[in-house]
Amino acid sequence: MYSFEYQKAGSVADASKAATGEAKIVAGGMTLIPTLKLRLAQPSKLVDLGGIKDLVGIKAEGGGVTIGAMTTHAAVAKSAEVKKAIPALAELAEGIGDPAVRNRGTIGGSVANNDPAADYPAACVALGATIVTSKRKIAADDFFKGLFETALEEGEVITAISFPAPEKANYQKFRNPASRYALVGVFVAKTKGGVRVAVTGAGEGGVFRKKSFEEALGKSFDAGALDAVKVDAKGLNSDIHASADYRAHLIKVMAKRAVQAAK
Amino acid sequence: MPEGTGIGASVRRREDARFLTGSGTYTDDINRHGQTHAIMVRSPHAHAKINKIDKSKTLGMPGVLAVYTGDDMKVGGLPCGWLVKNQDGSPMVEPPHPVIAQEFVRHVGDIVAVVIAETKQQARDGAEALGIDYGVLPAAVSLGDAVKPNAPQVWPQAKGNICYDWGLGDKAATDAAFAKAHKVAKIDLVNNRLIPNAMEPRAAIGDFDKATGDYTLYTTSQNPHVIRLLMGAFVLSIPESKLRIVAPDVGGGFGSKIFHYAEEAIVTWAAGQLKRPIKWTADRSESFMSDAHGRDHISHAELALDKDGKFLGLKVETLANMGAYLSTFSTCVPTYLYGTLLAGVYTTPAIFCNVKAVFTNTVPVDAYRGAGRPEATFLIERLVDVAAREMKMDPAEIRRKNFIQPSQFPYQTPVALQYDTGNYDATLDMAMKMIDYKGFAARKEAAAKKGKLRGIGMSCYIEACGIAPSAVVGSLGARAGLYESANVRVHPTGSVSIFTGSHQHGQGHETTFAQVVSEKLGVPLEQIDIVHGDTGKIAFGMGTYGSRSIAVGGAALVKALDKIVAKGKKIAAHLMEASEKDVEFKDGKFTVAGTDKAKTFGEVALTAYVPHNYPITELEPGLEEQAFYDPLNFTYPSGCYIAEVEIDKDTGTIEIARFVASDDFGKIINPMIVEGQVHGGIVQGIGQALLETCVYNKEGQLLTGSYNDYCLPRADDLPPLEVQHTDKPTPCTHNPLGVKGCGEAGAIGAPPAILNAICNALGVAHMDMPATNEKIWRAANAQTARAAE
Ligand SMILES: Cc1cc2nc3c(=O)[nH]c(=O)nc-3n(C[C@H](O)[C@H](O)[C@H](O)COP(=O)(O)OP(=O)(O)OC[C@H]3O[C@@H](n4cnc5c(N)ncnc54)[C@H](O)[C@@H]3O)c2cc1C
Repeated sequence: MYSFEYQKAGSVADASKAATGEAKIVAGGMTLIPTLKLRLAQPSKLVDLGGIKDLVGIKAEGGGVTIGAMTTHAAVAKSAEVKKAIPALAELAEGIGDPAVRNRGTIGGSVANNDPAADYPAACVALGATIVTSKRKIAADDFFKGLFETALEEGEVITAISFPAPEKANYQKFRNPASRYALVGVFVAKTKGGVRVAVTGAGEGGVFRKKSFEEALGKSFDAGALDAVKVDAKGLNSDIHASADYRAHLIKVMAKRAVQAAK
Repeated sequence: MPEGTGIGASVRRREDARFLTGSGTYTDDINRHGQTHAIMVRSPHAHAKINKIDKSKTLGMPGVLAVYTGDDMKVGGLPCGWLVKNQDGSPMVEPPHPVIAQEFVRHVGDIVAVVIAETKQQARDGAEALGIDYGVLPAAVSLGDAVKPNAPQVWPQAKGNICYDWGLGDKAATDAAFAKAHKVAKIDLVNNRLIPNAMEPRAAIGDFDKATGDYTLYTTSQNPHVIRLLMGAFVLSIPESKLRIVAPDVGGGFGSKIFHYAEEAIVTWAAGQLKRPIKWTADRSESFMSDAHGRDHISHAELALDKDGKFLGLKVETLANMGAYLSTFSTCVPTYLYGTLLAGVYTTPAIFCNVKAVFTNTVPVDAYRGAGRPEATFLIERLVDVAAREMKMDPAEIRRKNFIQPSQFPYQTPVALQYDTGNYDATLDMAMKMIDYKGFAARKEAAAKKGKLRGIGMSCYIEACGIAPSAVVGSLGARAGLYESANVRVHPTGSVSIFTGSHQHGQGHETTFAQVVSEKLGVPLEQIDIVHGDTGKIAFGMGTYGSRSIAVGGAALVKALDKIVAKGKKIAAHLMEASEKDVEFKDGKFTVAGTDKAKTFGEVALTAYVPHNYPITELEPGLEEQAFYDPLNFTYPSGCYIAEVEIDKDTGTIEIARFVASDDFGKIINPMIVEGQVHGGIVQGIGQALLETCVYNKEGQLLTGSYNDYCLPRADDLPPLEVQHTDKPTPCTHNPLGVKGCGEAGAIGAPPAILNAICNALGVAHMDMPATNEKIWRAANAQTARAAE
């Protein structure tokens, strides 16, 4: 670790003012601290959101839920509101990392980080969530921009994420056996606006929507509807853990399982 | 004898209270007055020439005390402990192993310099600022690539990167056996390279006493006396009397902490230069790229069978990776711990094995839990399954047909070892009963109804433990003896301190050894202290590896205890005015046969130290005895493991539905500890079979350098393990406890059982480890495609 200054922000406004230039926001620290320990990042300052009470909590709103950016994965996993409105989201949170990670890691941190194998981005995209920041509201479709890239601008702080409730949804994660991140994760949501399918872990550019699945499932929300749909391995990751072919195959298997399990 | 603390009792591990409450003392917990910190600067390249190292910037940085490179530290090289000879009798190629790289670096992680500073952070800053100009060279990385013609040369003196070309067995007899074969079963297999991953990373503190000129090294070692011998005599030229090695609590080793590593010599030497203590503790990334790795073989093997399935002959050709330098025991692992085990539990009359050890631009490869024996067992037990498949015989039946029978012991194998005892049908019977082998067909059918592929697989392993008779290993090229020492010090009030040359780093010696003492002397456990891991306290020791502690260290302990009892009898005879030969000792009491005279062990101990009424002209006061034990033979634990797996065709995921183990460890001191050792071994075996593998890319960069990529098994990857000791144990015939050793069995026996089950489920002849979900999925799909045809 290199040395850095530390500031505990009192408010979102404070934080967004402080988090400019070489300064960086720290939330749960589960991703950021390891990169600091390995000296892969050298921020001048860490701006800690941990003291901002408004950023923690889950509200049921208009049938959906709004989750404060500093809400931990563990809190989402056991939230009665989330379980009621979007059980798939609570299950997803329960499947992130290990207990230590779930008790420290936050939804805001996960979404801001946009790890290509993270789970929440798939939920945001498939459910058509809105990312609420210190400046504006961003639709999930416009938020995730590629590997670790998002629409966030300098000093922009995520304050909450709003998830409209789907009619049915489910997330199926095929874990990377080593990291336990998603080797392939497929979130399927049947919403008022149609079926949305988002895939994480597999794409070279991070989370993406699987339009061919959406069309097929739009016609008939049934696992069999995907049988005839081909999944191309082009644009998918190939690494020491899995080939692109295998990932392509798993996308379909996981999507079918998600459709079957959707509720 | 106090109730339930002697041999055979499942006494709870006395050491666990301190381990589980975080109050152990590991090397990194030790801090010396005025301590400084070292950071090793490691090569980012697999192979490069060091053109220039510019220290000037680093030396000017805050807190930096010194920077040493290979040019500064001109000391002896790290020695290799075992000379292996080529088939033509010439010695192996033994290149230098400098403590700090000289002129060239030969693997990613090779030490180029050390930076020492007041704080670890300052040392790290200094290390980062060090200007090193490398001329990158092509690297020979994988075993297969390193032996290709025109492969880059790791060492100019090792042509074709060959370290040695070794042979064992009778080639002509083996060829003759193949000539009359009814069938020949063949296999090509890889034994995947593993990274050991002890829970505690390696650490070392060098300390130099200005007043006395004495050096002390605190280090994470399985064998402090071996480190003293190697470092003192070969590397730094410090006499034993001036060098103390302390290996305090050590958090796991699995072999990786046997070897003498460069960092130990660096901090010791530099402490003498700076006249300050120096601490180095590896971070996890460093462990991945600097702890010696394990396994890494490519083999081709053939088994000749007659028409009834009797094995006639076995031919094995193996390439074994040594990495860039020869680590302490590296050369003997794929030879004397591998080739000698190729008979397995079978009567194969003719065996020939050829092993070529190969240098590559990777971390040195050395002993890892099982060391050579898992590689041998995997090869034999997979090949036997291939043979069963070709002969259309049941895997259990073909094994039984070829087992060495109890009446045949002592059994001389064609590959040098003489097994003293065993009963292989007994463990096979028990394991088959445990898993309900007969009921498998029904379970397979039930699984098929759920769309799952179910398979069953067994392995009948044997290992050579209790390493080893010195005369035997000496004749085979070992440069050390492999006995063990024990000292029993009975204190005036009858409490006992045991000083053992064995070293515990998770095995529970503080309990097991104390049980042996409690049994023999009738002293309660609370009054027995087991002291180990300090050359300043213990006379000598060869340490703990190769499942040798109870078989060799325990035997030395028994010898010393017998001497205590013998002297005690003399003292008691004097006190009771009886003849020494009439004195009996049992349950902590000396008695005279046929009388009611008795003296307790405590009374005799006190008399030894307060010799007012004492046979002083015949006997010295005091009650302390020393013994060394050099075994007559290896010990031969054996057993049978059976795994049942269920495969999901859609994803290739696998569930180990059952795993049963029946082991024969001879006599058992503490059944609970033995069970725990088997559990741990099996878990590592499952790790190798399904999850773990070390991957380097073509350039020699380690791709599996963290837990994000190197997959250790976790609790939810594992089935419940059903572990039982055989109901027909065959105690070792040549050591006083009848024990055989149990530390490595699980890691040896589990991988072939799992792979045999997978191959059985998929109907394929072979699959290499780790059997990843993707590999299984591909094989399952190919099977479905075949079935459709
Ligand atoms: C062992 C382990 C296993 C894991 N497994 C999984 C897994 O299975 N699935 C998964 O999805 N994730 C996994 N994670 C990641 C985990 O979910 C992290 O908690 C998460 O990615 C980051 O959240 P954090 O609160 O820890 O953020 P931090 O580490 O504190 O921050 C991460 C990044 O986000 C920025 N940031 C944080 N909060 C905000 C905000 N409110 N506004 C703007 N920027 C912000 C920070 O500046 C930083 O760049 C794992 C992590 C670990 C260590």
